[in-house]
Amino acid sequence: MSQSIPLAELKPGQNGIIARLKVDEALYQRLTAMGLRIGRPIRVIRRAALSGPIQVRVGLTDLILRRADALNICITPPPNNTDCYT
Amino acid sequence: MKRMALVGMPNTGKSTFFNRLTGAGARVGNWPGVTVDLLGAKILLGGHMVELVDLPGLYDLHGFTEDERVVRHFLENNPVDLVAIILNASQIDHQIAIALQFKQLGIPAILLLNMSDEAEKLGIRIDTRRMSETLGMPVMALSAKFGKGFSEARQAITGMLEISEQRPGLEDLKGKLAQDDQMETQMRTIISQSVQYPRMLAESFTARLDRLLLHPWLGLPIFFGVMYLLFQGIFLLGAPLQDAVEWLLGMIDQNVLEPFLATSPGWLHGLVVDGIYNGVGTVASFVPIIVLFFLFMAVIEDTGYLSRAAFLMDALMSRLGLDGRSFVMLLMGFGCNVPALMGTRVMRSRALRLLTMMVIPFSLCSARLQVFIFITAALFPPKHAPLVLFSLYLMSFATAILTALLFKRKFTSIEPFVLELPPYRLPTLMQLWLRGWQEVMHFLRRASTFIVIGVVLVWALTHLPPGIPEASAQSFAGILGNWFAPVLAPLGIDTQMTIALLFGFVAKEIVVGALAVIHGMEGNALTQQIAISMDWVQAYSFMLFTLIYTPCLSTIATLRSESRSNLYAWGTVAWSLGLAWGVSFVFYQGARALGY
Repeated sequence: MSQSIPLAELKPGQNGIIARLKVDEALYQRLTAMGLRIGRPIRVIRRAALSGPIQVRVGLTDLILRRADALNICITPPPNNTDCYT
Repeated sequence: MKRMALVGMPNTGKSTFFNRLTGAGARVGNWPGVTVDLLGAKILLGGHMVELVDLPGLYDLHGFTEDERVVRHFLENNPVDLVAIILNASQIDHQIAIALQFKQLGIPAILLLNMSDEAEKLGIRIDTRRMSETLGMPVMALSAKFGKGFSEARQAITGMLEISEQRPGLEDLKGKLAQDDQMETQMRTIISQSVQYPRMLAESFTARLDRLLLHPWLGLPIFFGVMYLLFQGIFLLGAPLQDAVEWLLGMIDQNVLEPFLATSPGWLHGLVVDGIYNGVGTVASFVPIIVLFFLFMAVIEDTGYLSRAAFLMDALMSRLGLDGRSFVMLLMGFGCNVPALMGTRVMRSRALRLLTMMVIPFSLCSARLQVFIFITAALFPPKHAPLVLFSLYLMSFATAILTALLFKRKFTSIEPFVLELPPYRLPTLMQLWLRGWQEVMHFLRRASTFIVIGVVLVWALTHLPPGIPEASAQSFAGILGNWFAPVLAPLGIDTQMTIALLFGFVAKEIVVGALAVIHGMEGNALTQQIAISMDWVQAYSFMLFTLIYTPCLSTIATLRSESRSNLYAWGTVAWSLGLAWGVSFVFYQGARALGY
């Protein structure tokens, strides 16, 4: 099992598996309902300028979230960090 | 009577489905949280009258937003026969959670997989029969926008209502929902059994467009460029239409009203022609521009570009204590402040909501735009007019930014910012037509009530007591204007403009109507008269004051009802009144001191 890192550290185009959501219950449920569930693959699409939000893809849904919030989402990089996320 | 509720995540086409089912024109938009009030309609399905309720979009029955609370409250307190769950077919992998939650609650439900055309294009195949068996409720695929599969869905709903029994409201709804991890397994089972995904998603149109429109450095310039072009388009198309309406109103005045009123007493002629007809007519001439404005807004909203704007602007907004959604609400406020204020319900943190609601009234709404187009056309050469309007939009942003900076410490929030980025969608002509029609109806409702009342009052104030020269210092309007002179004279605002401002407190549309009535003219004659009665410094000062001093009575009422605080609502009004006076004072006295 590789070590988990914050989602915010992934660069655009990189993938990971959601390992842990370090958020309060309310946000946990919201993220879960939007598709950010533990065990699902996630991919960073792009980052906005000026430390703005990041765009991620979970399944077929695209979400935007702030980097500060992405610090609280722990992911483990998949064994070979290639293009497989389905 | 049977009762059916529509539920689903934001942005799944719930309102479009509601519109199809009822034939009514609820607002439809590609922005999470557009349906802010509970829309209800009574329709005949099969042999039964059915009350259809469109519940606000929700992500989760556990959720903590205002909208999610509204849905829970509704389900706990109202008996329903059937719940129609509308989900986005291409996002079925996680949206199916809501369907499972309703199954757990034991509420009879039907699952409608909307936007199945989009899912098909993405290569996602859903076996609805299989899904229906494992899920234990009917599952239908449809496209509410294009009507595909709609009549089958309608039939299925009718059939289910035929045999349904009304369930009483549910007590302790949250307690009845199972643990999330159990649901996770169920979801995976259902999805893996009945949904087939393409091995690799094709580089879609959305991805290619986003690479340009969400470019780190080009994204914002492109966004503002698009906005600028839209405004150019509105005026380019709107100006000839406005002229046409004015010409038509002039014809009616000459050929119908004048002959008809030829023998009536002078005061009646004055009231009907100079008062009501000129007043309302001057306002009406702006309807084409306003309708175009809302059509263009609708296109932007329906395509999904607004969510992109939230992405692009969040970095800047976070420095103001706001977030990307606040910016989108500010943009919506350019249409009308009231729905923008209600749109803030998607925010969970009260502080963030209050701060956003505090800046929205500074959005230069379409009603204020009418005043500015009117005054600008009268006082500035056509070459400068667009620049003047543009500067007012800049002022609108500047006052919003200033307000946020000053008050962000009072309303600090740590609300996380997470938002769905929907794929780009093309709005249909039907959606646009409905939207335009709604704006016309909206205007007619306002025109037939308080715009008429407003202009009649202005006419009375300027023509009474009897026997005085109209709009003179002896008229009631003159007396009233003199009371305010010590406050407004330092801003270069004369007594006649003061009367217009007083009525503008109720609604900005009345300002233009009031000017027509005060001067007893319309069309070109009125514009010329306005140009004589003040210089450009006074005019700009007046416009600055109109922009900032207060939105309108409806906005203030919405501020109050949404915040549930009189102190907050009136505090916001007091702040904007003070700011308006300060800005106009500095501008007017400054310009005069510089010799203009």
